Amino acid sequence: MTHAISIESVSKRFGSLQALDSVSFTVAQGEFFALLGPNGAGKTTLISAMAGLSRPDSGHIRIMGHDTVGNARQARMTLGVVPQELVFDPFFSVREALVFQSGYFGIRRNDAWIDELLHKLGLTDKAGTNMRALSGGMKRRVMVAQALVHRPPVIVLDEPTAGVDVELRQSLWAFVQELNQAGHTIVLTTHYLEEAETLCSRIAMLKKGKLLALENKDKLLAHSATREISLKLAAALPASLQPLKVREADGRHILQLADIAGLEDVLRELRLAAVEVRELSIHETDLEQVFVKMMHGGRV
Amino acid sequence: MHGFMTLFKKEILRFWKVAFQTVMAPVLTALLYQLIFSHVLSQHVEAYPGVSYTAFLIPGLVMMSMAQNAFANSSSSLIQSKITGNIVFLLLPPLTALEFFGAYLLAAIVRGLVVGAGVLAVTAWFGLPLPSHPLWILAFAALGCGVLGTLGIVAGIWADKFDQLAAFQNFIIMPLTFLSGVFYSINSLPPLWKTVSHLNPVFYMIDGFRYGFFGQGDVSPWLSLAVVGGSFAALASWSLYLIGSGYKLRQ
Repeated sequence: MTHAISIESVSKRFGSLQALDSVSFTVAQGEFFALLGPNGAGKTTLISAMAGLSRPDSGHIRIMGHDTVGNARQARMTLGVVPQELVFDPFFSVREALVFQSGYFGIRRNDAWIDELLHKLGLTDKAGTNMRALSGGMKRRVMVAQALVHRPPVIVLDEPTAGVDVELRQSLWAFVQELNQAGHTIVLTTHYLEEAETLCSRIAMLKKGKLLALENKDKLLAHSATREISLKLAAALPASLQPLKVREADGRHILQLADIAGLEDVLRELRLAAVEVRELSIHETDLEQVFVKMMHGGRV
Repeated sequence: MHGFMTLFKKEILRFWKVAFQTVMAPVLTALLYQLIFSHVLSQHVEAYPGVSYTAFLIPGLVMMSMAQNAFANSSSSLIQSKITGNIVFLLLPPLTALEFFGAYLLAAIVRGLVVGAGVLAVTAWFGLPLPSHPLWILAFAALGCGVLGTLGIVAGIWADKFDQLAAFQNFIIMPLTFLSGVFYSINSLPPLWKTVSHLNPVFYMIDGFRYGFFGQGDVSPWLSLAVVGGSFAALASWSLYLIGSGYKLRQ
């Protein structure tokens, strides 16, 4: 099956800054994919190149098999992008903005779908309101609707929840998940790593324009499974377990395990030393820890 | 084609929603010029035999207003979209360079013609005779707006800031329009300045337009048509090339 997105050795330089350095990966149709990285990692540059807003110095990008340079019209028809910057046209109302956006994609009489988008995004009672009069969160919703007017099979959301209240974040993700279940491919960048962890099945991490990791989310977390256990004991920690100890907190020993199988060894040592366990808890690694570790030079 | 029609409609609505500023204001300005200049100079100058200065001035003012507003429409729309960032909504869809260019151009021409009709309506009472060649009038009105509308597209794409656009307007467009024979016949100028005026394409727009009203001009209307048409073709090609190449629009 054709990849939803195929990125082949894409490089882009702005003056002395290598914004993208030979980045390659593919996103399958129907995937929920996260593109992560710190500010300046090249995420937005990569999205701009997918959207045809900038042209790679070398390499190719295909959206649903359509080259973004050689077959730009088809590529743009199949892609919906929610840009990161909060932008709007102050001359028009919400509905006008959506009708115009449909028209630019060559779509006439799109009212039924526009009404549905307005409804899903909680904008129905704002349809006649001028864009200027909307709050930041409402403007963001309109931008999401604008990206979807042409029902693109591939949807890219660049930091869609930056500066957005909790309620909108939740309703937005519910809507995006619904789109994903309906078969749309979703690519998102976000600073809220728990969002990526909850929603996405596969993750790419970028740093300084290079692809640092590209994995299934569970695998990525498993790889870097430096799981920690917290133990409250009736007696001192046996000497054999001292090398695993990373710190002590609130009278509890925090031990680091290479993987979850190590727990059995710890319990055996405790039984042998006849030390009673009063409390035991396991802390799973989350994406944030993996992210921080990788961005500080570690490779998973 | 529907993309072009949509963008064209959007551009029309954009200026029409603020018509007080984009149509009424330039009409009032032209009316003030007409009142003041015709009052001061009507007794002193007869531009062409049998044509009073007051009548002579009207087509000049109409064409100047059309040219300036056609330029303002495309250039200000583009720079506003670029600076506020909403140009992204035009760059994401599959609009072709020709659709993009055509919509901005046609909207600029419409704004120019609407302003021109307004100026004509308020100044014609000062003694404009019935036009002797209406087709020439229409041809030069449309082409003149087309040239300045296209120049506005180029300037709007080129400028990164409002002050760069203002400089373009104040240091290029204003001198070209003011020194083009709006207020005088270039035959009244010393030979050097007469020659210099012949290098100004706006002169030909105004002279050809005026020919349509009075049946006489400083040069042949065919020469004017060739210069204005040639200028339009050159600017349109340049503008299409800029849009197609993504200059300053797509990094």
